Amino acid sequence: MECQECHQRPATVHLTKVINGDKTEIHVCEQCAKEKGYGETSFSLNDLLSGLFNFDHATSISSGTAPASTQLAKQVQCPKCGLTYKEFARIGKFGCAECYKTFDEKLNPIFRRVHSGNTQHNGKIPKRAGGNLHLRKEIEQKKHELHQLIDREEFEEAAKVRDQIRKLEKQLDDEQGGDV
Amino acid sequence: MSLQNFMNEAISPWMKEEGPDSDIVLSSRIRLARNFAQVTFPIIAKEEELKPILDFFNQEYAHQSFKDYRNLELVEMSRLKPIEKRVLVEKHLISPHLAEHSDHSAALISENEQISVMINEEDHLRIQLYYPGFQLEQALQRASELDDWLEEKINYAFDEKRGYLTACPTNVGTGMRASVMMHLPALAMTQQVNRMIPAINQLGLVVRGIYGEGSEALGNIFQISNQITLGKSEEDIVEDLQSVVRQLVDQERKARETLMQRSGIQLEDRVFRSYGVLKNSRIIESKEAAKCLSDVRLGIDLGFIKNVSQNILNELMILTQPGFLQQYAQETLTPDQRDIRRASLIRERLQLEKK
Repeated sequence: MECQECHQRPATVHLTKVINGDKTEIHVCEQCAKEKGYGETSFSLNDLLSGLFNFDHATSISSGTAPASTQLAKQVQCPKCGLTYKEFARIGKFGCAECYKTFDEKLNPIFRRVHSGNTQHNGKIPKRAGGNLHLRKEIEQKKHELHQLIDREEFEEAAKVRDQIRKLEKQLDDEQGGDV
Repeated sequence: MSLQNFMNEAISPWMKEEGPDSDIVLSSRIRLARNFAQVTFPIIAKEEELKPILDFFNQEYAHQSFKDYRNLELVEMSRLKPIEKRVLVEKHLISPHLAEHSDHSAALISENEQISVMINEEDHLRIQLYYPGFQLEQALQRASELDDWLEEKINYAFDEKRGYLTACPTNVGTGMRASVMMHLPALAMTQQVNRMIPAINQLGLVVRGIYGEGSEALGNIFQISNQITLGKSEEDIVEDLQSVVRQLVDQERKARETLMQRSGIQLEDRVFRSYGVLKNSRIIESKEAAKCLSDVRLGIDLGFIKNVSQNILNELMILTQPGFLQQYAQETLTPDQRDIRRASLIRERLQLEKK
């Protein structure tokens, strides 16, 4: 398909505009899209993100009244770096690690959209900053294993795993005790 | 190793080593975003907050060694001329963002340029590690070790629920972007790439041009990377990317075979015409140069052209970028002057191969 603006390059940007129920399709190449300002929002990640952050704001306008929580969230300010939620929504970036806690309750919908429905980390745990998370994850995993073994009636194996869990839990207790 | 070495050679030492599937996969890269727990992120941090991070790197990491990577060089951006920064961007050693935000920013670079840790980029740290060819697993392993080495002295911003905390919500979790640079001339020639891109996007992967976001696929070089960083482990992300890359490699090989069978002579003609253009032109734009270089590289892979090294594509693609041309000329050049310089540089380089 060729670009409908320059009729030279192949169309690589395909947009469907729906304005008041009128649907128009646009097929242009990247250069023409930039020149004509098509898809400005779809190209700039920032705009896209801030669009996401304001999602519940947009729906609240259409329903006439803004929920109190939204109003409140807009005034929330990070105690460490001073970034407000409004500012965060505008720049699409966090100001510091503390922002994650400050805006926590607003973040799940955002992460879900950006990361295909995921909201929780499932990867590497740093050696030091992770604290005893390694240990707790391992216990969790062993417990899961234990249940599976019991389901399969492999009791001998299960007993071994149970002992491993006890050992790990003791280790965790000792470490926590050491911290206090 | 001085800054001069990073500047003079277009092709990084690690690129000269041959990797698996290097006829199609030019390089594999892992990038990890990390932050200091107690410091405001660079985008809104004040100068007096960022300077200590740079000082800390000068003290703790400059001229230190990590494994076989000896005498790591800390290159401070504020000490570089604009053209020098541009050269580092063209070599993918630093990001355009780092070049633009030069106050208190730097890059910790290994002698063979395989490692580059950017300091005070969008995040406090962007750890980058390259491998030649298709070696994502090796790159991940090594990057993770480098990450551990850095963590020994740095308190990372990490949260049990959200993982590694980053300035941009698109990087949170693993903070990892895994990517490969692929040369896909046959898939591009047969118009198959454009059909594949949407399918690849649906798998949570992104396809871009050689110089990242928004850039064109100059010389039929495509960069493919993961989009999602939260909820999946590093190993799973790499595995997903690998399986797509593996399929693309197979498809490209098939397309090359088909082209050879159905229109071998046309293909040969195209390759040698492009070779002729590169050998003889006196003025050449970067776009045309990239197209011809892609053809010539394909010609080498298919055995039409002998006695020219495979690296010619990687090397000349970088060497003929505006920054490099000007660094080479040691003066600022207008676009017209660059086109002339580019042509003569390519001719010289191909002459060199003859010997």
